Order: sequence, then C-alpha cells, then structure tokens
Amino acid sequence: MSDGHERASRSTRLTRWLVSGPPLLFLLLLVAIPGVIMVFASFRYPGDFGGLAPLLSTGTQALHGFTTETYRFFFSDFIYAEVFIKSFVMALATTLICLVMAYPLALLIARSPKRSRNLMMLLVILPLTSNFLIGIYAWMILLGPQAALNHVLNVLLGAFGVAPARLLFSPVAVMIAMVYVYLPFMVLPLYTNLEKHDPVLLDAAQDLGANAWQRFWRVTFPLSQPGMFAGFALVFIPAVGMFAVPELLGGTGDIMVGNLIKEQFLATRDWPFGSTLSILLTLSVLLVVWLVAKLSARGGRHA
Amino acid sequence: MALLELRNVTRRFGDLAAVDDVSLAIEAGEFFTLLGPSGCGKTTILRMIAGFEFPDAGQILLDGKDLAGVPAEKRPVHTVFQSYALFPHLTVAENISFPLRMAHHDPADIRRHLKDALEQVRLTGKADKYPHELSGGQQQRVALARALINRPRLLLLDESLAALDAKLREEMQVELISLQRAVGITFIFVTHAQVEALALSHRIAVMNQGRVEQVDVPSRLYSHPRNRFVADFIGQITMIPAQVEQVGRGHLHLMVEGLGEIVTPLQQSVAAGDKGVFAIRPEQVRIGVQAELAELKNHFAGEVHSLLYQGDVSVYRVRLPNGTLIEALLPNSAPGGAELFKVGAGIRVGWRHDAGVFLHE
Repeated sequence: MSDGHERASRSTRLTRWLVSGPPLLFLLLLVAIPGVIMVFASFRYPGDFGGLAPLLSTGTQALHGFTTETYRFFFSDFIYAEVFIKSFVMALATTLICLVMAYPLALLIARSPKRSRNLMMLLVILPLTSNFLIGIYAWMILLGPQAALNHVLNVLLGAFGVAPARLLFSPVAVMIAMVYVYLPFMVLPLYTNLEKHDPVLLDAAQDLGANAWQRFWRVTFPLSQPGMFAGFALVFIPAVGMFAVPELLGGTGDIMVGNLIKEQFLATRDWPFGSTLSILLTLSVLLVVWLVAKLSARGGRHA
Repeated sequence: MALLELRNVTRRFGDLAAVDDVSLAIEAGEFFTLLGPSGCGKTTILRMIAGFEFPDAGQILLDGKDLAGVPAEKRPVHTVFQSYALFPHLTVAENISFPLRMAHHDPADIRRHLKDALEQVRLTGKADKYPHELSGGQQQRVALARALINRPRLLLLDESLAALDAKLREEMQVELISLQRAVGITFIFVTHAQVEALALSHRIAVMNQGRVEQVDVPSRLYSHPRNRFVADFIGQITMIPAQVEQVGRGHLHLMVEGLGEIVTPLQQSVAAGDKGVFAIRPEQVRIGVQAELAELKNHFAGEVHSLLYQGDVSVYRVRLPNGTLIEALLPNSAPGGAELFKVGAGIRVGWRHDAGVFLHE
C-alpha cells in the first residue's frame, strides 16, 4: 500500500516538474542569469571599445577588476536622478490617466449584457493587434504641426491670448501616446475584477439606503482595489522603462530612463554604467510597486 | 388600515405572469410568510415590495401610501438576502452600521445604536471581524442586525434560512421568532420550506404559479386546505378519489369506488354528486386489529405495504382493497415498539368521522 502511495506521489512530483520545468528554465536562462550578469557588469570598468574591461590586468589596459565607480558617478551628478524622477512622474501620470479613463469603460463593459461583453473586450484589445511602432508613427502625423489637432489647439489658445504651441516633440505628445499604448492593460484587469462583483451586494447597499453615488464609493470602488493594483502594475512598470515613445514623439528634454540606458549600451558604449542604471531602475520600480501594494492593501483589506 | 397592502398586483416576464393579480393585506407586527414552490412568484413579490421590481399592474401601499415611484433606497423596507449579501470589505461593525452611515447619522449616535444592535444578536465580541471569519449562523445574525438597525417599517427575509444546516436552521427559527417579538417590526418571510413556514408564521400565503391559493393561520392551513395544491404542498396527506353521495346533517357521506362509504365533516358549497378527493393526514389514520378500531366510524381492511422508520415515529403505507396506498403515522412510544406490524400483514385502518377533508376536483 505504501509502495503504491509512494509511486503515486512520485508521479505527481514528475508531473509538477514537467509542467513547471520549461517556464522555470526559461526564466532562469533569460531573467535570473542575465540579472546576475548585470549586477556583476555594473561593478566593472567599461572596455576601450565597448563591452567590459578585463578582470585581470593584461598590461595594455589601465583599468581592470571591480569598482563602485559607476554608482559614485550616478550620485555625483543630479541630472541622472532628475531623469529618474521625470520618468517616474511620467509613468505615474500615464497610469493615473489610464485608470481614470479605463475605470468607467471597464465598469460599462462589466455591467453590459453577457453576450456583448466579449465583443466589447475584443474592441478594447484590438489596438494591440497592430504594430506598436505603426501606432506611434500615426501619432506623429496626428500630432504634427500640419494636423487638424494642433490647429484646433492653437485657435483655442489664441482665443485666450496664449501663444501658439507645438504638440509634437513635447511631453504632451509623449503622454498621449503612452496612454494610447497602455490603456488596454488597465482596462483588462479592471474588467476582470469588476465582472466578478456579486450584483446582490449593490442591491443590498441600495436596500439599506445607499444612493447611486454611495453604492459606487462604498461598495464597487473598494472592492475593485485588487483590479486597480493589477492595472497599476501592468501599466506603471513597463511605462517607467519606455524608450520608444519619448524617442519618437518627445523633445530633447523629454528623455526617460529607458532612453538613457539604451544610449549607454548603444551610443556611449559604457556597459557598466548602463547596467548600473538598469539595476537602480529595477530597484526603484520594485520600491514604488511595494509601496502602492502596501497602500492598496490597507484600503481594500478583504476585497 | 393594513401596514402593507397589495392590490391586484401583476408582474409579467415576457409572456409569463410571474405574479398574477395578487391582493394581500399584511398587518403591523405580523410575521407573514409567502410559501410556495420555486418559481411561484414569491420572490418577485418580495422584490417589488423592496423596490427592485415594479408591478405591471396594481398597487403596493405602505401605510396607505402608494410605493410606485419610490426608489428602493428611499423605502423604509430592508431585506435579508438569501446569501446575506454582507459587504466582504467591511467589518461586522461597519456592515451593521452601514444604513446609519448612508443616512449620515452622527458618529456618537451610530456608536450607540451599533452597541445595542451587536448585543441584540450576541456578536459584541465580533465587531472587528470580517464576514468571511464568521460562521454561517453568525453571518445570518449580522445580516439581521444590519437590516434592523434603523428600524424599518418592514423587514423582508428572502429564503434567509436556506443556506444553514438543519440543526442551525432550527435554532435560527427560534431566534427569529424572539427577535421579531422583541423589535416588533413586521416580517415578511419567503420560503419554500413548509415546516419552516408553519413554525414561524402568524399567517401564511400559499402561492402557486403566480397566484395566492390560500391565506390563513398555520393550523387552519394544515387542517383545512382549500384545494388539492395546498393540501399536497403542506405536510403529508393521502388523497383518495371520491364522490359525494349524500349531504347529511353535520357531515358528508362520500362514496369511494372499491372501498365503500366514508363519513367526513360537512363543508360549504358541496352538493351530492360532486366529484373530488378525500384527503387525510397520516397522523389522523389509526392502524390496528379489528377490535381496537371498532368505535371509529370509518374503518377498512388493508395490508401493510411498506414501513418507514423515522426514529420518533414510523410511517406505515397500507394498501386498501381498491389499491389506494394510505399513510398512517404511529409514534414509537412503546419500548421496542418500532415495528408493530410486519410488511405484508393483514391489518385494519380507521379514522374518526370528523377527520379528513373533501376537496373538489
């Protein structure tokens, strides 16, 4: 009997490994190991022609071995921290705008008849099926100085006596495109959460004297806390590291951490400093996400 | 004036009349039950009183005022839902004080009412727990306290005991009765469980297919069902096809094919020649040997067909000469007397001349 029991547990163990093995291996090879490499790289000197300087002295190169020079360099000049702060503000603003726009939409879909919900969700994720860069180039045309949008804006600004402005290559353009790119990632988790709410809770709230406004703020909103957090994570984390949108639609002053990192690896060819920036980015993103998780856990305790 | 009055209320879903021309009057302080099988319209009536459904025809009056156009949140009517519908993100205290906070009572007032409410349902120690940390019975009591805290004119209970197990359900029944007596608020209870309805209610409306079949106090409903549906739905009953042979003074003489004459109490609007059924409850049927039943007006030979032992009582099914199976209930009061008669044994069944009821087709 115990033999059969053992055989059964051995086979479940095997199944577990077969199921979790491939993704685990994938993550190990492509996340964990590169992460470790990056940590090591951040403590090295850059090579003369890119790459890293050798660990041991070869005679031809002056700098070798380990150093904390890149970290010192980062904190020695405020402009790097400034880019970080700007990126976080940009990403937070994107996330908030997405949340404000996605919430009513997700609520509308979740409260629609069951048959039309799937179609509506399909429409929400439809933009993701076209190439992201094509979308960004489309925004370049739409926001361009010759486009109707900019004209309308300037007419309005003129009415208030404000000098004409340019949309393209401005933070506004970056923000518009970022919201465009990430909006579906906010709608999806919110919808998934809102759709699961038991409608009888709203009946109960109404029965006990809550008007429509109170029903939303006292029941629906707190119960959607986990959905909002998931949406925050899905939008904020990639948005901080975004480099394509600011590069194509932003001005010279609108670069974000992603652009900075990309430059270190591809243009300046300073791999150690690029690695340092990447690690600091990862750590600070984790910190912000942890803080928000704490906050939302306090708000929506058992939602 | 009745506290709540339904006047010819009809509610249709498509072609189906879920509630079909229902009129009811419920008095202040009453424990009133809507009883019927699922789909009979009882929950629809409750939802119309609460304000979640609206009648297609007819009126609902509370204290003589028409409720039409009054939204659910403005009605002095609260509901205890079948699933309790406690807010999972709020504590017991926050759940119970919800109606007061929605009405913007001041905090001191809320605290005082909350304390009383928690005491009333014996949950004082659980104020800071979340609903999922409570047992089913405790959740039920939170739902009750929440619905009663701002003293509505009317409390609606929608199958509120259905989710509890049998033992707890019985405890909650006793608790509900004493709670209703303590707060003096009118309760309207919806259930498909006839035992529950009989135990709890002052009056019961038996519903079937959107219509009210009979409204009466539990004992009258049980002893004098108005028709076959009510007779069948409430309690156990044996029905034997019969025809009225003669309307005598004080009783009816019925003729049953293949069996003979049955004497039963006189009823209104029954004439000789009427066809219908003779209906009798198992506890009214006695079972024994010839001599014991000799003084009874109605007695017949039979054969024990089957026996259902239920602990406190045994239910015998006896086959009468015309093939009818009649149920007889025998308390197992004698020591070791659980099986007085063996299956297949020839015995006699009998009942008093004032037992049973004749029901028209």
